Amino acid sequence: MTDEKKIKLQLECPMPKLDFEVITLGHGSGGILTHKLLDSGVFELLQNDLLQKRHDGAMINLSGKTAFTTDSFVISPIFFPGGNIGELAVNGTVNDLAMCGARPRYLSLGFIIEEGLSMTEFWDILLGIRYACEAAGVQVITGDTKVVERGKGDKIFINTTGLGEIHPDAAIDINRVGEGDKIIVSGNIAAHGIAIMSVREGLTFETTIESDTCPLNNIVDSLLDEFGRAIHLLRDPTRGGLATVLTEIARDSGLGMDIHQKAIPIEDQVGAACEMLGLDPLYVANEGVFVAIVKAEAATAILHRMQQTKEGHSAAIIGEVVNTHPRQVVLTSAIGGKRVVNMLVGEQLPRIC
Amino acid sequence: MKFLSEYRDPELAQRYLDEIHKTVSQPWTIMEVCGGQTHSLVKNGLLSLLPEAINMVHGPGCPVCVTPLNLIDKAVYLAEQKGVVLCSYGDMLRVPGSEKSLLEAKANGADIRILYSPLEAVKIAEREPEKEVVFFAVGFETTAPANALSVIHAHRLKLNNYSILASHVLVPPAIEALMEDDETKIQGFLAAGHVCTIMGTEEYYPLVERYGVPIVITGFEPVDLLQGILMTVKQLETGTAQLENQYTRVVREEGNPQARATISDVFQVTDRMWRGIDVIPHSGYEVREKYSAYDANKKFAINIAEVPENEECIAGAIMKGLKKPYDCPHFGKKCQPENPLGAPMVSSEGACAAYYHFSGAFEQQAV
Repeated sequence: MTDEKKIKLQLECPMPKLDFEVITLGHGSGGILTHKLLDSGVFELLQNDLLQKRHDGAMINLSGKTAFTTDSFVISPIFFPGGNIGELAVNGTVNDLAMCGARPRYLSLGFIIEEGLSMTEFWDILLGIRYACEAAGVQVITGDTKVVERGKGDKIFINTTGLGEIHPDAAIDINRVGEGDKIIVSGNIAAHGIAIMSVREGLTFETTIESDTCPLNNIVDSLLDEFGRAIHLLRDPTRGGLATVLTEIARDSGLGMDIHQKAIPIEDQVGAACEMLGLDPLYVANEGVFVAIVKAEAATAILHRMQQTKEGHSAAIIGEVVNTHPRQVVLTSAIGGKRVVNMLVGEQLPRIC
Repeated sequence: MKFLSEYRDPELAQRYLDEIHKTVSQPWTIMEVCGGQTHSLVKNGLLSLLPEAINMVHGPGCPVCVTPLNLIDKAVYLAEQKGVVLCSYGDMLRVPGSEKSLLEAKANGADIRILYSPLEAVKIAEREPEKEVVFFAVGFETTAPANALSVIHAHRLKLNNYSILASHVLVPPAIEALMEDDETKIQGFLAAGHVCTIMGTEEYYPLVERYGVPIVITGFEPVDLLQGILMTVKQLETGTAQLENQYTRVVREEGNPQARATISDVFQVTDRMWRGIDVIPHSGYEVREKYSAYDANKKFAINIAEVPENEECIAGAIMKGLKKPYDCPHFGKKCQPENPLGAPMVSSEGACAAYYHFSGAFEQQAV
């Protein structure tokens, strides 16, 4: 946690005094130890009226069209420059809802913890969750905690499911993508994946690159307020990166895309780290970036609006939708050559030389 | 990014392209030896910008592609032994063995770790003394110094649980083998810049002389490649055959003496089987007798039967520059990165992978 708000939160919420230091199998048994964990004060961080009821499930009212999504987070390492698995678990689901044009309201939160996770680590993860929930304006209203034997997990896995109300002016639909639409990327790409790589065992290199993990619902909401139906499609290029999302859109819309390498925003150090590691930044994961396919006439105005926000200050128009090469993404390289951008096969593996 | 952006400068690239177009008066077949160069050519769309008269054929300089099937099987076998940690560079993992790839062995529970450096494997051996740590030491002259250093390092630390499964290959004997092939159409070479960074340039003079073929030591960025191609074409058009160095910012005549000394301390030259090609005399490195304790081939009794290559794969012809990926009836159909018939489809330096990932149907339509 680096920014001021996070540090303030850490100072304001010290971990309660506990008579156990690590989480053990018993904490997931549903018995006394589970209650001890629940009552220890650790979950008070996330309290709200709905969660407070501690019923089998939360009972809620939602009005109008609703978006519903789920995501599991199994990242290693669980702490990385710019965030932790807790923040990621909230932001990931919040952003999936935002990509539907929805205003995220409620989350469920499921932990699968490998026994031996220290309470201080767990506390930091909960702080990350609280911080991200506040930033996105969502509430955790139901949850579950399970503990598995050592070796059966990787410290902690988190699942979040989210509910959101669709913005009244949103009309996000793959079928609305049309020839001539502009493709906008909301920020510098590849930072998250590289931040994770920089601290993976055996790969540590010195850098100040931080994950871009952040909620995107506020920026999306303001864009929908102002531009509504001019926004045809929103996607967040997480796993598989920008290239994968664009190829998916091309495949599903039946249209082609022309993108320009020079226009794709990327921070210098991230680009340099990709060079060093032999990775293509187009395939590296992002957690705080989205792709918007928008009506051409509104593209410049949308771009300017995005650039005024914190999340979107590096936004750029990177290309356009075409019908000359259906279902294919063609990139014009920095030196003017053309090549096809394909979907990633499996993981990107480091090269020999 | 200093030293990178200059070599991706569109204006400079265009100037070289114009010059190439002006210079070419007839068809020429040029081979870029290294798979890294192949990928740069395809990824930057350079092939679509070159004159049609220039036929770039893609060489055997892909260590993953030429590592023999039997050795992959050995690596898989070792990885599956209890207590063994097999460490490897990432792009070896997807290469098909006769039964499975290392990635499949890993999924089945083998302890296989992807590393960027063999020195990291030595650290693992130090940290986990109860394990046998084996580094899968493949590569050309470029990776040999680091692999050799790992052996020296382990020796200094008196580690008895570290060894390397070495399968090093060498560029000059491969060029010789290609030129000795009656079918060859290669008229000029772009030699691999990073190999010469280690080994220097002396080994290439006899090749230029014997075969009357221009060789230009070339880098990997778009401007490097275009300049290398221009230098080769100029020689071809004027009927000269010389060794030239395009990659002067990195390659010295004598190479890197310290790296060479490290290599020759640990390795000696041996005959080597090149997957899809054949045995090429004096074309590889093996661990010297004095370090045999660190030679996984000797340390473990590995008897894996030789299995014939998949006959449907034309990797050999592609790496010899006789065929291109599109000439293969299985390209993109039966053979795809997720289910490859041969190594060039999965290696990050393989010609088939380059065509598959970066050109796809688009290029086929354009052709």
